[in-house]
Amino acid sequence: MKKVVKLAIAGTIGCIGMAGVASAQTKVLDTVKQRGSLSCGVNVGLAGFSQPDDKGNWTGLDVDYCKAIAAAIFGDEKKVKYVPTTAKERFTALQSGEIDVLVRNTTWTMSRDSSLGLSFAGVNYYDGQGFMVKKSLNVKSAKELNGATVCVQTGTTTELNLADYFKSSNMTYKPVVFEKLDETVQAYLAGRCDVYTTDQSGLYSIRVQQPKPEDHVVLPEIISKEPLGPTVRQGDSQWLTLVKWVHNALLNAEELGVTKANIDQMVGSANPEIKRLVGKEGDFGKAIGLDNDWAVKIIKAVGNYGEVFDRNVGSGSRLNIDRGLNKLWNKGGLQYAAPIR
Amino acid sequence: MAVATGERNAVRSAPRAAFFYRPEVRQAIYQVVTVVALAILFYILVTNTADNLRRQNIASGFEFVDRTAGFDVSQSLIAFDNSMTYGRAFFVGLLNTLLVAGLGIVLATILGFVIGIARLSRNWLVARLATVYVETIRNLPLLLQLFFWYFAVLKSLPVPRQSHVLPGGGFLNVRGLYLPSPVPEPGFDVVALAIAIGVAVSIAIHFFARRRQMQTGQRLPVLWISLALIVLVPLGVFLYLGQPLGFDYPELKGFNFQGGMVLQPEFIALLLGLSIYTASFIAEIVRAGIQGVSKGQKEAALAIGLSSGQVLRLVVIPQAMRIIIPPLTSQFLNLTKNSSLGVAIAYPDLVSVWAGTVLNQTGQAVEVILVTMGVYLTLSLLTSGFMNWFNKHMALVER
Repeated sequence: MKKVVKLAIAGTIGCIGMAGVASAQTKVLDTVKQRGSLSCGVNVGLAGFSQPDDKGNWTGLDVDYCKAIAAAIFGDEKKVKYVPTTAKERFTALQSGEIDVLVRNTTWTMSRDSSLGLSFAGVNYYDGQGFMVKKSLNVKSAKELNGATVCVQTGTTTELNLADYFKSSNMTYKPVVFEKLDETVQAYLAGRCDVYTTDQSGLYSIRVQQPKPEDHVVLPEIISKEPLGPTVRQGDSQWLTLVKWVHNALLNAEELGVTKANIDQMVGSANPEIKRLVGKEGDFGKAIGLDNDWAVKIIKAVGNYGEVFDRNVGSGSRLNIDRGLNKLWNKGGLQYAAPIR
Repeated sequence: MAVATGERNAVRSAPRAAFFYRPEVRQAIYQVVTVVALAILFYILVTNTADNLRRQNIASGFEFVDRTAGFDVSQSLIAFDNSMTYGRAFFVGLLNTLLVAGLGIVLATILGFVIGIARLSRNWLVARLATVYVETIRNLPLLLQLFFWYFAVLKSLPVPRQSHVLPGGGFLNVRGLYLPSPVPEPGFDVVALAIAIGVAVSIAIHFFARRRQMQTGQRLPVLWISLALIVLVPLGVFLYLGQPLGFDYPELKGFNFQGGMVLQPEFIALLLGLSIYTASFIAEIVRAGIQGVSKGQKEAALAIGLSSGQVLRLVVIPQAMRIIIPPLTSQFLNLTKNSSLGVAIAYPDLVSVWAGTVLNQTGQAVEVILVTMGVYLTLSLLTSGFMNWFNKHMALVER
């Protein structure tokens, strides 16, 4: 009898204890430091953004953001545990604490910001939704797609924009909705759909992976705004600030002409803005829980934003996407970082 | 006897045990403690989840079902478009699940019985083919088979502009199987009435034939009479009225065929995959059931002059059913639950529409998943409830 009561009490206390741990608001930065690695949610495979190579090394624009955050914290961009997530799983993985930050070409929308308990830390790629069709269809514009069958991935803003676009253009369509990217693309290639739709960056990335990229055409219309960016859980403003400023540091470095190649000379620069960036002036690193040379570590690891872009998706990559909206603000684009001061 | 009385007296005369040592009190306490502990556990789980959701600013509650869905679904048994609610999207998904599960159960049962009986065939080739079927299909993962049916078959089909033309105005291409859809014209209700009367009369004849057999021992060819009543008579009426049924033929317009009706490749692949996979298990159950009927029954039936068909139909199968039905129930449940794998090949079932798109657009994972689990639980309980009733009906009535 006593044993049973004891067991019941122990069990109950155990449950409360676990519940307590799960709900306690420990600082993400402390958890990451203690664990010794950053748990970073990335796409399961999207060329240019996040993709493992044949040796299992992850590369891509989003992956470089994971590396940049890890470098800022540990001074070592290899201290990242990549967690591949599907469009459907990504928010749950972040909400539940399985990952510390989600950098997975995720569109910043109001409902995600307000009701999912997430905060977006900036926009690392300004994108827009487009359509890709087979060249043999002879379609030149999205306005000619009336009655088409469209392959789309579930759990994306794409699925909703698609419905909006066809409705507002008075056209009909048939959606074929897949859970995973691979199957979506396979179905498009097999001819199940006339059209494959996702963010334009994604379309270029898929197109370049095909044995004959010239057989597929990305239509000129962009039907939505898709600001993609790194995402964190709400409730830890220190962590949000850190991720936000890793992004800003990458942009500021490009604006100031600080690159992976010249960072060692730049540390000795007399320019006050560069001095603040590399931590020779002020205590900006300390204020976000890091060392003052945090930005130096980032740039040594991945370079500045321009280098990250070119290497993964821009002119230095197979995707060869024009920088367009992603140019710096002073070069005619939208990338504009708050100053470090 | 005397000893027993003595013992009872001894118990009665012994001093009453302390309150907590009485067996009935102890039993009650154990049960109360267990119930209270469980209640506390659930209370903590629920409040803790709600607390955490609130603290992380994640919306909760069921208000979202009335909000506009804003997405479309490729296959729906009820009218649905993107201006309707999440709640309606739930029913779209549920009906699609029920459709594929219901048809799958029927197909798998028929196929399973055929293969199961074929495995016991005296024809060497038929028996071996059935064995190969069972051993191949049931040993490959279902998801793999679904991908096979979907992608392998999809890739071998032509694009809409080069469709295979089927006799009777149908088309087969990578977008699915397009068939003419029947459009009833005035006078068709008479044909429908003829069919209804045919079914009603057939049921009456079935009962009459049974009573006649009980009384005289003579059997009526009920099957043939029923077929004539349900098929031939309405067909006669149909022809007499000048074929009051039109067809809406599918036509190639733009990208796709318009008009008619279409079986989408996702649906066909899922239905085929589920039926073929489950049929291999049902075949084994059927074989076991038939082999479980004692040989003497068969020999006795042959001895009183029944044909081998009659032996199977009247003696072996009714007895085999008693062995078959309980494991058959689990196969039906499996098939229903396995239909959720359709999400991998874009079939818009409950898991794809509700626990996929709706979950993602609303972000309310806890509520959506709870409802989904509730639905599958209800479906399973209903199926097994029905099968238990059916089993009782078929069970050996001891006289």
